[in-house]
Amino acid sequence: MTFYDILFPAEAGVVALSSEAPACFADLNLDQVMDAITDGRQEYDLRPFFCTPLRDSETIRYRQAIARDLEDKALLACIKSFADQMRMARRYLALAKKLRFRHHREGWFLEAARVYCEAVTSLRHDLAPAALASDGLSAFREYLAAYVDSDQFTVLLGDTVKLKGDLAAIKYCMIIKDGTVKVRRYEGETDYSVEVSDTFAKFRQGAVKDYGTNFTTGSGMSHVGARILDCVARLHPDEFAALNHYCDAHSAFADETIRVFDRQVQFYVAYLEYIAGLKKAGLAFCYPQISCQRKQVHADDSFDLALAHQRVAEGTAVVSNSFFLTGPERVIVVSGPNQGGKTTFARMFGQLHYLASLGCPVPGSRARLYLFDRLLTHFEKEEDIRNLRGKLQDDLVRISAILERATPDSIIILNEIFASTTLEDAVFLSSRIMERIMQLDLLCVCVTFIDELASLSAKTVSMVSTVVPENPAERTFKIVRKPADGLAYAISIVEKHRLTFEQIKERIRA
Amino acid sequence: MKVHLMYRDQDFDLQREPPLNEAALLQDLELDTLFGAMALGGKSLYDVARSAVLGSLQDIDAIRYRQEILKDCLTNATIVRELYQIAVATMDSKERRWLRIFGFSNSSAGILRNSVEMVQLFLDILRRLRRMADEHAGAFSSEGFTTFFAMIKQELDDDYLATVQRHLTELSFRDGVLISAALGTGNEGADYLLAKHKQNGQSWVQRVLTPGPTTYTFRIHPRDFPGARALSDLKERGLNLVANALAQSSDHINSFFGLLRTELAFYIGCLNLHDKLVQLGGSVAFPAPAPAGEREHSFTGLYDVCLALTMGQSVVGNDVAADDRDMVLITGANQGGKSTFLRSIGVAQLMMQAGMFVPAVSLRANLCTGLYTHYRRQEDATMNSGKLDEELGRMSDIVDAIGPDAMVLFNESFAATNEREGAEIAWQITHALLERRIKLFFVTHLYAFARGLYDRGMENIIFLRAERKDDGERTFRLIEGAPLATSHGVDLYQQVFGT
Repeated sequence: MTFYDILFPAEAGVVALSSEAPACFADLNLDQVMDAITDGRQEYDLRPFFCTPLRDSETIRYRQAIARDLEDKALLACIKSFADQMRMARRYLALAKKLRFRHHREGWFLEAARVYCEAVTSLRHDLAPAALASDGLSAFREYLAAYVDSDQFTVLLGDTVKLKGDLAAIKYCMIIKDGTVKVRRYEGETDYSVEVSDTFAKFRQGAVKDYGTNFTTGSGMSHVGARILDCVARLHPDEFAALNHYCDAHSAFADETIRVFDRQVQFYVAYLEYIAGLKKAGLAFCYPQISCQRKQVHADDSFDLALAHQRVAEGTAVVSNSFFLTGPERVIVVSGPNQGGKTTFARMFGQLHYLASLGCPVPGSRARLYLFDRLLTHFEKEEDIRNLRGKLQDDLVRISAILERATPDSIIILNEIFASTTLEDAVFLSSRIMERIMQLDLLCVCVTFIDELASLSAKTVSMVSTVVPENPAERTFKIVRKPADGLAYAISIVEKHRLTFEQIKERIRA
Repeated sequence: MKVHLMYRDQDFDLQREPPLNEAALLQDLELDTLFGAMALGGKSLYDVARSAVLGSLQDIDAIRYRQEILKDCLTNATIVRELYQIAVATMDSKERRWLRIFGFSNSSAGILRNSVEMVQLFLDILRRLRRMADEHAGAFSSEGFTTFFAMIKQELDDDYLATVQRHLTELSFRDGVLISAALGTGNEGADYLLAKHKQNGQSWVQRVLTPGPTTYTFRIHPRDFPGARALSDLKERGLNLVANALAQSSDHINSFFGLLRTELAFYIGCLNLHDKLVQLGGSVAFPAPAPAGEREHSFTGLYDVCLALTMGQSVVGNDVAADDRDMVLITGANQGGKSTFLRSIGVAQLMMQAGMFVPAVSLRANLCTGLYTHYRRQEDATMNSGKLDEELGRMSDIVDAIGPDAMVLFNESFAATNEREGAEIAWQITHALLERRIKLFFVTHLYAFARGLYDRGMENIIFLRAERKDDGERTFRLIEGAPLATSHGVDLYQQVFGT
């Protein structure tokens, strides 16, 4: 098995990456999710990977296996430490290119190569005992081992270690008085601050403020520093000649395949890190079964990723929801009291499918999802009362564009369409659109206040947002499968006041 | 060097996490009055009093340790107050100086120079402390003070004081600065250290001037200002560690004085309170603590110190013998001294467990593992259902925190609903707490509850009643007696309206 790429198996061929966020991103709040995931990782340019949903279930499984491997905390930690070192090596190399003084420049070049060697050898060492189940990581491990054992790398490593050791052993003394500096070899002088600390040790009570200054390193070198370094180089001519030779011999030390791996593996690291906080808060994630045939999808204990992230950060509870479709069922019609989590449910359905198409673990304890060709969304924008007619027209234009693009393999999510038109119009328009959707036999979630839509045909399933029975003002944010019934909400209020027919009979005894 | 005047083997921690019930204790026991009398307007005295009184000791030995020291303080009040003044003056002058110094300078050279000055100031005060120990140690007999003075004499002997002086002189660098360094990452200088010369006798400057190893010298041009800056930056790095070491040492000495001030502040507070109570003609006594697992509560002349301080006169005390009882139930006339009594119990318990004297002729009581108060709150009288909800919420907080051998003071709890329900709730709760070996004092108007307990004939409960003479006059004393069916609101009404 030869290693090709950690995001695509060799068989996948060349996949064109999109760097534009898909149109559904804003509606599904996936833009927030992607921003949070890629935050602080700009240098890896991960957006194209998140903006390109896959159509090939083999590649999805290839990624799922890799992500599953990386859920091992120890393994993830060593990938992250590898990434940190690679990042540091890049920074040092960039720094070295900018420096003026020769000994200084060469010093930083050596440092970059040293950190690179450390990154590569530690990763090889860390991966060796790891129990890897994925083809992708196993193949990479083989590649890495072969590279580390190659002559090219062995020579680089040997030269680096020897030279760094020699330079690090150099110590010197300087005497500064007014504008004069004398530099000479070090002769075993001891640290005066130790003696001071020892003298006052008896007063030590607890931690005190640190008065030390943290001087920055790598910020360049003054001409005075350069002159001192020249003096030191004259005191130790052999070591500095060796350094000069080293820089010529190893001018291009980094391996291309490893550099690509370092970038691409961040796709997994970033996503897993993003969901780690949610898992810690007790939320479930799973690797969905993916099918491009079966439309009987389901998910248990799932949730809106963007909302959950926000709520966990605030320390508030996240409500999870489940759904399933069986037999001919294709369309979930969500109705019920407002502010009850209907939109969140619709987003969740879309997010689940999108994330699954990236090969990522998805919110939920168990899921089987459909591999779509297009994920199309229509969410009603802020109401604009002044221009109702224009808005209705605009809605229709947008929906018809969606229907034109939709195929039987697509997923459509409609949120509160026609909410601001007359009921009669809304019923008529919605029913027409639903008919076309059902003709296409595609998967759809439709959030609506129109109960009739819920029972249009065997293809529709009704789900309803619910309230706490004792206190109808309180939402549970649970969306459950049951017939749409606008009265249920009102009846629960009546029950609270014990004024239903039965209750009144009971209270007023004959 | 340890102060250890509050504990035999640990420092007094003013920053400790306050207990969750602190706000309730402060409010219900009116502790601010007590702390105010101890502090006499001093903020730090107040803070220490508050922290010490609320941070109950759980160990009889630790209580005795403080009691002994406090007795020493009462005998040697002048010396103790002088010692405290030294600590206060040190901290004050340090704060003024620190502000001046670190307001402007954060260079290593600046920090070092100022730390030298600071330590010089401390050195003079340490000498003074030594002299006090030499002169007065003999007058003290408690373990705490004896150990403290012995430590001062030993740790601050003449040799040590001379060594400190020598370092201060050396760190003024009249002859330039010797710095050792290594090559760090990128061949940049690293590990800059102010070097201590290996050999004695000859100074390092002299040594450098004598012909020896290869030395390369360069001089920067007098008008090369960036060069001069770079050079002073190098010096900064070299002095960084030693400046930090001396500045931290200075902080350590400072925190020693801080601790001395804090720990003495508690005893100064006790002295202040003692003076005040004696002036009012109130009794004080050192209490006899018993282990938390036992049930002792016997006292004579126990009065509410906060009431005495507020009224500026001595107040009526109570005598109760409630040994071997788990619960004290108090019923009786309104304004008959029930709340005052309850408060005197709570305050005395806290004072005893802080190692203080108590406002009584005598008192013997077992320690408690935690003191909790559950008082009926007066606010939001309109929403009764919400009020019971709030009360039970507080009760639930107490149950979260409480453990065996704790003590709870209930004042008119669970009266926010009708008597039958209130009695049932009170019974359920108190019964459960008693089963968990928690000691209870319960002031109540819930006759159904009080009578219910009385009729059960439980021997571990003592029933007290606000005394009322036959002519209706209240004595503000409590006597042992069965709960009576009516409170005496009528009396009060008559007294107020004079009908």
